[in-house]
Amino acid sequence: MTEITLDRKTSGEELAVKVENLSKTFGSRTAFKDLTFNVAYGEIFGFLGPNGAGKTTTVRTLSTLLKPTSGKATVAGIELNESNSISIRSVISVMSETPGLYNRLTVYENLKCFCELYMLKDPKTKIEKSLFAVNLWDRKDDLCGSLSKGLKQRVGLARALLNEPKVLFLDEPSSGLDPIAALEVHELIKELQKQGVTIFLTTHRLEEAEKLCDRVAILNTTLKLIGKTEDMQAQMFSKTVQLKTLHPLKDEGLIFKEIQGILEWTKEQDLYTLQVSDPNEVIPNLVKKLVSANEDLISIGEVHHSLQDIYLETVKESGE
Amino acid sequence: MNLNWRRIKGLAFKEFQDFKRNRFIVLTMTILPIAFVIAPLISIFTVKATVLPHQVQVRIGITMLYMLLIPAIVPTALAAYSVIGERDQGTLEPILITPISREEFLIGKALAAIVPAVAVAYFVFGAFLLLAFIFASHPIENVIFSGPRLLIQFVYTPLIAGWSVWAGIGISSRTRDVRVAQQLSTFASLPPLLLVVLFATNAITPTVKYSIYFAIILIVINLAGWKFVSKLFNREDLITGKAHS
Repeated sequence: MTEITLDRKTSGEELAVKVENLSKTFGSRTAFKDLTFNVAYGEIFGFLGPNGAGKTTTVRTLSTLLKPTSGKATVAGIELNESNSISIRSVISVMSETPGLYNRLTVYENLKCFCELYMLKDPKTKIEKSLFAVNLWDRKDDLCGSLSKGLKQRVGLARALLNEPKVLFLDEPSSGLDPIAALEVHELIKELQKQGVTIFLTTHRLEEAEKLCDRVAILNTTLKLIGKTEDMQAQMFSKTVQLKTLHPLKDEGLIFKEIQGILEWTKEQDLYTLQVSDPNEVIPNLVKKLVSANEDLISIGEVHHSLQDIYLETVKESGE
Repeated sequence: MNLNWRRIKGLAFKEFQDFKRNRFIVLTMTILPIAFVIAPLISIFTVKATVLPHQVQVRIGITMLYMLLIPAIVPTALAAYSVIGERDQGTLEPILITPISREEFLIGKALAAIVPAVAVAYFVFGAFLLLAFIFASHPIENVIFSGPRLLIQFVYTPLIAGWSVWAGIGISSRTRDVRVAQQLSTFASLPPLLLVVLFATNAITPTVKYSIYFAIILIVINLAGWKFVSKLFNREDLITGKAHS
């Protein structure tokens, strides 16, 4: 596993989630192995990986539904073990891919039941606050069975907020939602972070993770990579500039050789990909050179590697 | 074992609300008891004056047995749904992630099934007693209103319902399908009625002493059922589906 950064947020003593060499096996099948990572309070931590990588099992283990086979963890400062399971479950919330609502009960009745299970004081205010947070107060008397998938997901989120969790586990929260509903969920997640909620987000949507998460971890039974996206990009990929011209350059070797900072280059018809030391230095010099050489430049710019590139590279390396 | 009654009541109340809007359960709770009250009434009101006292005893005993089928069978429909139903609609995991303990979960579920079943059984038995008091002949009325028979009916109703509920929840924790759970639970609810059959057929004369002995046996069976179901209920197995494989 590569630890790209240990940022400011995770170096403090107070950690929302602390995992050390945690493993879980079912008979001979290993769900996840030897996980070690920290999540700081107030952070949105993305947990990525292909199907069957062990993401949901990790969430279920940290939320005390499954017992770890080995290793240690603390969740919201409480050691993960059987005798602490009720204490941990009191201060966390989990929203899974399918919100799991009682369809014959109204939105309000669903939340009321969970207020009782969490033994919340002043349940009426708590329900009101949660429903306002997800913009569903006016639908409180609707039967959950009559709601669309997006609205159900919001009710699930409102339910997860009832106990004002210290750590909120979101397992594929926007799965199956249309782009607008997904966007609304993203805005809610950002809003929750502003309110100081620590969010542990498992997702398949890499653009979602890139947009929302402070740090991400890539899991494929074992932890492959963890850190900030931009640090991962810097570490995994060299800086790249792409250049497109109207016609192939007459003598590209000569042009590129004369400019300092171009390390190597490849050509594909009239598209040139250059590995450079510093794009900010190379691009202006290259433009000047091309203009002076009377070359017809169409576009030039730095190539930004997305989280998807990092993910694919990592998963490919780990044999998927 | 620390039980929190707010959580238990919260879960049981949610179940009541859910049952109220579940057409299958409402029908089961109304049609079955009506069916069970009609046959005993016909049986009693067709007793002729020439029938021997021993035969009256047996006929009334069987009538009372019918009445006890209500607490045996009605709660199985609710209990069999309790775990597998939650799993089917995807609500088991959210509920198990709350701070509710295994014991609180099971007691909440059990209460939600026992309370309506016992209420229906007592209501039907009350209606039966009222009709017997108004319309039945004097010798029959005397047998129906005898102390041991009333004791059996009032004390055994919750105990038989209790057994049915534990059997139903246990089966519900281990099956994959609600219908299979309901069918198996119905079968599993019947064994305690064998004790009652002994009274109904006058194989054992219903006396207060024997009624109490048998009640103790039923209490022991209930406790054993509760312990056994608690052992069957394992969060990890329920979540991973191992319990249903």
